[in-house]
Amino acid sequence: MTSPEFSPTGISFEKIDKRFGGLFALRRVSLAIQPGQCVALAGRNGSGKTTLLRIAARLVRPSAGQVSFLDKSGSESQARPVVGYVAHATMVYDELTAEENLVLFGKLEGLKDPRARASVLLEEVGLGDRRTSLVRTFSRGMRQRMAIARALLNEPSVLFFDEPATGLDPQGVNWFADRLRHLRDTGRTILMSLHGESEISALATRAIRLDAGSVIADTSAGATLRSILTFGEAR
Amino acid sequence: MSIGPNTLALLGKELQTEFRSRELLTTTGVFILMVLVLFSFTFDPTSSESRRFGPGLLWLAFLFASSLMLQPCFLREQTNDTLSSLRLAVSDPFSIFLAKLGANTLFLLFTELVMLPIFSVLYSVHVLPQIHYLLLVLFLGSLGISITGTALSAISAQARMRELLLPVLLLPLLTPILVASTEVTVGLLAPEPFMEWKGIGVLAIFDLVFLTAVWLFGEYLLEE
Amino acid sequence: MSKRAILGLLTLCLVVASAYASFYVAPLERTMGPIQKIFYFHAASAWAGMTAFMVCFVANLLYVWRRQVKWDWLGVSCAEVGLVFTTVVLITGPIWAKPVWGIWWTWDWRLTSTFVMWLLYVSFLLLRTLVEEPDRRALFSALFGIFAFLDVPLVYFSIRWWRTQHPQPVVLGGTGSGLEPTMRKVFFFTVLAMHALMALLIAERYLLEKLRGGVDELKREAEAQ
Repeated sequence: MTSPEFSPTGISFEKIDKRFGGLFALRRVSLAIQPGQCVALAGRNGSGKTTLLRIAARLVRPSAGQVSFLDKSGSESQARPVVGYVAHATMVYDELTAEENLVLFGKLEGLKDPRARASVLLEEVGLGDRRTSLVRTFSRGMRQRMAIARALLNEPSVLFFDEPATGLDPQGVNWFADRLRHLRDTGRTILMSLHGESEISALATRAIRLDAGSVIADTSAGATLRSILTFGEAR
Repeated sequence: MSIGPNTLALLGKELQTEFRSRELLTTTGVFILMVLVLFSFTFDPTSSESRRFGPGLLWLAFLFASSLMLQPCFLREQTNDTLSSLRLAVSDPFSIFLAKLGANTLFLLFTELVMLPIFSVLYSVHVLPQIHYLLLVLFLGSLGISITGTALSAISAQARMRELLLPVLLLPLLTPILVASTEVTVGLLAPEPFMEWKGIGVLAIFDLVFLTAVWLFGEYLLEE
Repeated sequence: MSKRAILGLLTLCLVVASAYASFYVAPLERTMGPIQKIFYFHAASAWAGMTAFMVCFVANLLYVWRRQVKWDWLGVSCAEVGLVFTTVVLITGPIWAKPVWGIWWTWDWRLTSTFVMWLLYVSFLLLRTLVEEPDRRALFSALFGIFAFLDVPLVYFSIRWWRTQHPQPVVLGGTGSGLEPTMRKVFFFTVLAMHALMALLIAERYLLEKLRGGVDELKREAEAQ
């Protein structure tokens, strides 16, 4: 597979507040994520997981506080690290083919040879034979692979996944867990929001639980992975 | 990586998408045609009246058509949240706007050029003799419409009643375009054609002012 | 007596005084007679409206830059008050035109540009009712407010030029142009009074918006429980 051409990157959240009107989606969230950690973010719907991920990806501006990316030594990165973001929406164009989408985003990211990279990625995610099909025709599982290919275009050192297992059949979950294991093992920093235990959550090296916008549990502080993932949920 | 290549890449994508479906162009063209036909019932389309009212009605038709055509501009980026992937990929959000307003200007111009001969026939007005100047005013006018319309469609895409909101926001803002374009066009289609450079000046200033405004404030229009 | 009450009373005195001045101090205009006196009120309102929109523009810029909600409150207050004064201009214009010209509306370039400006700020307020999320609403209306204000000089200039292509009857004489000294003094006094009224209305509206903002926030927090 491709060798990592990125430098390990940590993420620092300092006193992050996010308000929507009068409502606090996030309250004074402070977290330090080490380079290479694979962090599972758990919490009920509305606990602030998606907001935290979007703020980290710089898609949403926090109302207060700041997010910074840190290099290996713990000081702030000089260059803005490459970030990959995968959510439920594919974030690619339905009316273009798989290849056209990746070439477009590749060009936008400034890749030297977007077409070659697109080819490689499509093979990697198992969409090689559908490269000239319109994304409109893809199934949910294929769409997710498309989204992952797009996120991996520019060799990101940090990856954000927002509920990646949604809508996937067991085979899809299997495939994703496999990819995730590889991404984790090559040293990328991963932050993913999850519901409950699964093949995917088993790959986490750390877990954090959010409730009503605040961090209420963290494996770094001694809680167990299982307790964080299954907190308050009926068995 | 930088503005130029990013804008071109995105412009290419906008054009490619439209080229494949042609929905925007055909619907806009048909709309303008309908408006031109309906307008003909509101006055006596003899030659002298046509020259007086024709240009204004033509520009009015373009304005109405554009306020409809510009709706999907940012709305379609919501379907798969492609706006987020664009924002993540490009370093300067202005390139997103440049690409879209460039595409919209081209679409508008294309439709206008197709409608021009039809207008000429329906209203018995000679457009060919002054075609070079007409192209200039069509370009500057369409550019102004696209710049403001593209910016405002980013707003209307996130509001309620968006189909009505965009025209309500856009049309008063475009008053200078309507006035200046009409005056220039009237001058060009007069029995003794003349070029109203003052109007061109107004159009150019409008375009410059709003392009600068979009450059300064564009990223806030795309904020979540 | 509270500061607010004192300011209110002062403004009231100014307004009453200017009305008195318009009717009794200013001399009768030669050609148009008593109806001309509406000019003081009409033109002063136009100036006050314009000032309100200018402050709105500054508030809009400050909101986009600082994102402090008070600028949003100021912006909407100025826009509403400016709109009220502009409505006065649009109503007093025809009231003046009818006896003098026999028709209500003449597409006089000043009135027409004022009408377009009126439409722009009506759209501004309409936009606010159609965006629900408060921060989004504040940002979008600020951005539209900036666009609208940048457009106003272009609107004025293009419509004024259009008038020279299609001459219309000039209903409204130039403000202050060719005004006899006493008339000029009364005019500027009325401008002062209208600005005082404008400031008072903006302040009151601002306080109202501030309270409303507070109530909304409490409501949302309660609903979230």
